Amino acid sequence: MRELIKMVVVLTLISLASGGLLAALRDGTQERIDKQVLEFVKGPAVRQVFEGAENDPITSRFQLKDGDTLRNFFVGVFDGEAKGLAMETSSSKGYKGDIGMIVAIDVKSDKLIGIGVTTMNETPGLGAKSKTDPKFAAQFKGLPDSGPVKVTKDGGSINAISGATITSRAVCDGVTDALEVYAKLKPQILAKMKAIKK
Amino acid sequence: MARTITQEFTKGLWAEIPPFRLVLGLCPILAITNAFENAIGMGIAVTFVLTGSNVLISAIRKIIPPKVRIVAFIVVIATFVCVVELVMQAYTYALFLKLGIYIPLIVVNCIPMGRAEAFASKNNMGRSALDGLGMGMGYTLSLMALAAFREIIATGSITLYEKPLAVFGASFEPFRFLVEAPGAFVCLGLMLGMMNILGKK
Repeated sequence: MRELIKMVVVLTLISLASGGLLAALRDGTQERIDKQVLEFVKGPAVRQVFEGAENDPITSRFQLKDGDTLRNFFVGVFDGEAKGLAMETSSSKGYKGDIGMIVAIDVKSDKLIGIGVTTMNETPGLGAKSKTDPKFAAQFKGLPDSGPVKVTKDGGSINAISGATITSRAVCDGVTDALEVYAKLKPQILAKMKAIKK
Repeated sequence: MARTITQEFTKGLWAEIPPFRLVLGLCPILAITNAFENAIGMGIAVTFVLTGSNVLISAIRKIIPPKVRIVAFIVVIATFVCVVELVMQAYTYALFLKLGIYIPLIVVNCIPMGRAEAFASKNNMGRSALDGLGMGMGYTLSLMALAAFREIIATGSITLYEKPLAVFGASFEPFRFLVEAPGAFVCLGLMLGMMNILGKK
């Protein structure tokens, strides 16, 4: 009995010390990690969709509440005007888990400027092309025209990556989601963007 | 069989060098030695975990009940691995992206477990620290040797501080096979064979 109690007490103490230490460390590094993720994961995609922007879209960003979730928005300045709005979105319908992406919208015309996949776990050579093949992402530019953003098989205009219909669908799904959020939050977004363009 | 303090440190560098003599920790050695810089990062991470967990386990070895010692070791090792992971994310994110899953996998790497069980739980803190440091450095050196070999033969250059440094001239035909997964097995096999030949004398 004594041995049993000792085992429980010792293991509890070790785990407690470990948990406390890690929680403290996490608190201490959280801010830096968020910054690094912004720079290395989202940064390249945001800069890519805002190619030719006159500002650094990573630094001109704001946050808005969408229901309970806090969303990050990035602003791109073109010809002296804050025209581009990029937001993060994700789709859970990927072939292997979530696909995270950046969707950029022109607030003047409400059309897409471009998209960029940031995080995904899709099959290399097939679904992974959603991130690496610029031809796939380029199709989204100028959408939505008349119909919904969908792959051709579902009655849309996006040519799915061959062998990766599920991935292509998931990306369309994420883009649709972003457009919905944009439509819903447009007044707040425009107010925030006005404040940014000095 | 009592070793001197120096031998405690140097045994990890040659006589008991982890991947080649103890043949432990092979999963990361196969996976991440495709680039020299990855090897250094991984080696430092393992050395830190190994030294830290060795010292801590040695410090609490008298209060750990023998029946649950493995669980206690895992908790200690996992804590150090999480520390490495968080610090890497915060300060060297690019390296973290490259090493990816292999950092959390240090927990189940046999080297820290093996050293905890075979050494730290039986020796004092000073000796355990030297053992961990020696083993970690031995592991780092093996990773570096293997990675340098693979990267140089496969690409004809070696990348340091993100700048490729040409080793062979422009006429060198890169042997890409070596940075692919099967190349890792071939290289590791050659290395093991070489170590055995050298050890025989």
